[in-house]
This record gives sequence, structure tokens and C-alpha cells, in this order.
Amino acid sequence: MEDKELLETIERYLTDDMSSQERTQFETLRKNTPDIDQMVVEHKLFLDHMQSYAHRRSFAKLTSHTFNKLLAAGEWMTDDSISTKTKVIQLWNKYKRVTAIAASVGGFIALTTTILVMSLSPSLNGNQLLQLSNDIEVIKKKQQVQGHLINEVKSKVPGNAKFISGGSGFLIDTKGFIITNTHVLKGNGAIVINSEGQELHADIIYSDYSSDLALLKIDDEDFKAPKNIPFVIRKKRTDLGEEIFTLGYPRNDNDIVYGKGYLSAQTGYNGDSNAYQIQISANPGSSGAPLFNDKGEIIGIINTRQKQAEGVAFAIKSTKIFDLIETVNEKENKKAGKIKLSKNNTANLNNRKSQLSNLKNYIYSIRSYN
Amino acid sequence: MIKLSINLLKAELNEQALLKGLAGNDSKAVETLYKSHFSSIQHFVLNNNGSFDDARDVFQEAMITLYEKVQSNSFVLTCQIKTYLFSICKHLWLKRLHQLGKYSGPLSSQEETISVEQDMREFDKKEASFEIMHRALNSLGEPCKSLLEGYYLNKKGMQELAADFGYTNADNAKNQKYKCLMRLKKLFFAQYNIGE
Repeated sequence: MEDKELLETIERYLTDDMSSQERTQFETLRKNTPDIDQMVVEHKLFLDHMQSYAHRRSFAKLTSHTFNKLLAAGEWMTDDSISTKTKVIQLWNKYKRVTAIAASVGGFIALTTTILVMSLSPSLNGNQLLQLSNDIEVIKKKQQVQGHLINEVKSKVPGNAKFISGGSGFLIDTKGFIITNTHVLKGNGAIVINSEGQELHADIIYSDYSSDLALLKIDDEDFKAPKNIPFVIRKKRTDLGEEIFTLGYPRNDNDIVYGKGYLSAQTGYNGDSNAYQIQISANPGSSGAPLFNDKGEIIGIINTRQKQAEGVAFAIKSTKIFDLIETVNEKENKKAGKIKLSKNNTANLNNRKSQLSNLKNYIYSIRSYN
Repeated sequence: MIKLSINLLKAELNEQALLKGLAGNDSKAVETLYKSHFSSIQHFVLNNNGSFDDARDVFQEAMITLYEKVQSNSFVLTCQIKTYLFSICKHLWLKRLHQLGKYSGPLSSQEETISVEQDMREFDKKEASFEIMHRALNSLGEPCKSLLEGYYLNKKGMQELAADFGYTNADNAKNQKYKCLMRLKKLFFAQYNIGE
């Protein structure tokens, strides 16, 4: 028997796809041929692993799906706002030492210098605590704005629709595919607005909660498809300290905002290896904005997860875009078609100003409604 | 007294039905489990230095652990689902905090817990081979990856796969599948045997 046929037979034997006569014959063969016996054992082990792989994978999908469904239905309060109380305690714990040191320094000064200083030191202490609670105010405010509540209703959306979230996104394919963050799309529908203020209807093709990446496709006859996309998406990782810039729509008036900074860590929040830490001023609404390097390649997608520190933001690594595209293309979404990425960087690299005025045509403000 | 024991019995039956549903990939059962237990895990994680996303991840792993447990023949759950899920989540979250170097003394929680060491070891072992299989499949490239996934994971027939991939007949697809399978096995066992 050829190897191929043999393996096929073993597989049929293991999956109980044999007549009893054939089965008896095969078992005799197996008993008398140690090599074949070994192959059966090995292949069974392999199939078992494959089986548990398949089970776990489909169950993980089921749980993610269920979770996202319930989340979208408002089953849970998202993000960490529900434990604001704890946050105060956490912050207090964090700064306890600082405060304690400040207090003891204050005490030391008070003891060794005049009564005047002694009367000052408690107030110094008090100021620090006041500042701390200010910080908490700021954090709270941010969490509220993060939701980007927009109440106005515009033309391209159904009359009774309500905007519930928004952010930025960017075109990756001339057919109208746009990458953004999943958390930007809290509603069931979405529109995108280009840099000229034109609204276009878009379909949510794919959204993945775990990577926080989502794919939209513009579906609007007013959409004028560009000839090409002037940037590529970087496959390799980006070095520490590399200069980066972003274009997004963090403001409510829908004016595009340019920001510049640098890559400050190879991992994101809590050591997340799928993200970078960046030093840039990112505001709510920057979520989904592309992050470019000096060469004008997209190296990441901002998903603003800053918590305590000012100017610290996080961006999903561009490699995750390839994963998403692979998944979507695999599904062979007939209606949407396959995604093809640009292979050339045609953006003008010498002049940042003209580069930006070109790039902004490919970056959209995104609003999601119910 | 009688009423109480009837209620207990009902609850017990409910739990059994849920577990049965879980074993059969029933989405209703999964939904019920999320609805009834996620928020307490969320509270626990948030109160112990974690985020909403952390809670989501930890709970999903706990669900997978429970799922794989109910699938095995030797399955017995000696406590309430709630206690089980919580124990796993607590264990996982402690481990995560340790990894991050953020552990600062016992975690605050009022829930009762059981020992889950054994189950977690089982989970870790499966996790390792899952990762190996995942990497092996992904390094195969196309069309091998999709072909094998179609056959072994999605249980499609050779005829159907041939049509999907554009092979002229099932035999050619079979040939290709065989080649792909040999490559996958080689990749898998190379890693798997190192791990052992």
C-alpha cells in the first residue's frame, strides 16, 4: 500500500468508517506490522489534538460571540467606571507612599525649623491630596467623553436614529474598506464623514472585540473611489523612539487634527504584545486613527487606552490588520469582495504639509448609531 | 422544610441542564452562564487591580475550562457552577497579577472557592498543545490551512472542498490534502515533542 492510501485507511479506521470485515482485516494487519501499529497510534494522537483544537476554537468563538451580543445589548457596564470608588482607593494606595514621604518631610522640617514652617506643612500636605482628587475628576471626565455622546441626527441616517459612539478610521482599499476600532462602533449602523464633511453610509463588515479592530465598507453611491491608496501597512515591527504622527477626528466639529510623537514602548497596557505605547496627545475620538511612521507607512491604530498618565496612549500594532484581513478574506464575503492592500507608498515624504493634505483624504470620521 | 429541599433540587436540576447544554455547544446555555455569572467576576477583577477587558479574558478562560471539563467522560462537578467559575477566575487572576509583578497580598473577595489546581494543570496542558496546533496551522500557508480546516475542523466532504477551492475533482483535492496533512503533522510533532 502507498503511504497516502495507508494513512487514509488509518483515518477511516480511527473515525469508524469501515465495514466490520475490513475492520477485522485491518486489525490483523495492525497486530502483525509494528510499523503500521505505530502509525495508527501516532495518527490517533494527532487527530485527538486536532479534535480538541477544533472544539476549543469553536467554543471560544461561541463565547466571544455571546459576550459581544450581551455587551451590545447593554448587559454590563463597560470599562472600569463602575469601580470609581476602588479607583480612588487604588490611587490613594499608589500615592500613599508619596504622601507619606511628603508628610514625614513636612514633619521633619516642622520639627527642625520655625513654628511658621510647622503651620505651613499640613497645608502642603492638603494641597497634594487636593491635586489627587483633581486627577480623579479628570479621569472621570475622560471616561464620560470617551463615549462621545452625539445627539444630533443627520441626513444619512434613519430619522429616529441616535448617535452613540464615534471615532476615526482610514481607508485601506479603493473599494471603500475602512479600518477602525470595535469600540468606536457601539451601535448597529455607521456613517463615515470625509475630510470635506461629506457623509457616506457604511456597512459594518467585521468587528472583533478581542483585537478591538473592525472593518467597515462604504456603501454609498456618492462615494468617489480614489485611484489608489497612497500608503502601505507595515508588516514589521517598529523601533523604539521612532517618530510617528497621526491624523484623526478627536474634535466634535469634525476638523481633522494632526499630532506628532514617538513610540515609547514595544508593548501596550499591561504588557499587551499586540500594542505599542506611544507618546502623543490622543483624545477621545482619536480612537481608530492611523499611526504613521516617518516613511508614511501605517504602523498602528490608536485605541486610546490611557488611564492615569497624560500624553500616554496605546496603539494596536499594524500586524493585527493583516490578521483581520486574512480572516475576512477567508470568509469570502461575496457581497463585500476581497480586500487588496496598496503595495506602494506614494505619499510625498519630503514635505510633511503636502503629505498631510494628501493623507487626510483617506481618513474618515466615524459615527455609529442605533 | 420540604419546600426548601424541592427548591434545592430544582436548582440542582437547572445546573445539570445548563452543563449539559454547555457540553453540547448550546448558545442559550452559554448566554445564561454569562448573564448569571460574569458581573460578579467583573466586580472581583475590577476590585483587584484589573480592567473590564481583563475580566472578559479571565471569564472566557474559565468558561473554556468548564466546557472542557464537562466534555470529558470522567466529569463530576462537586460544587455549584458559580463557585467553580469563581474559583477558576480567582486562580487565573492571581496568576496574571503575579506575572505582571502586581501581586500585593491576598485578593479581596467574599465568595467561597474550591481547589482547582488539578483542573488548571489540565487546562494549561491543553492550552500548550492548542498553541502548537494553532502555530502549525498558521505557518502552513494557503490553501493548505483552509483545506485542512475545512476537512478536519468544519467537517466538509472532499467533494465540497474540491468545489470550494476549485480543484477539478475530489481526488486531486484529496492528494493536496494529504500533502498538507503530512506537512502539518511534521510541524506539529516537531514542536509537540520538544514540549513533552
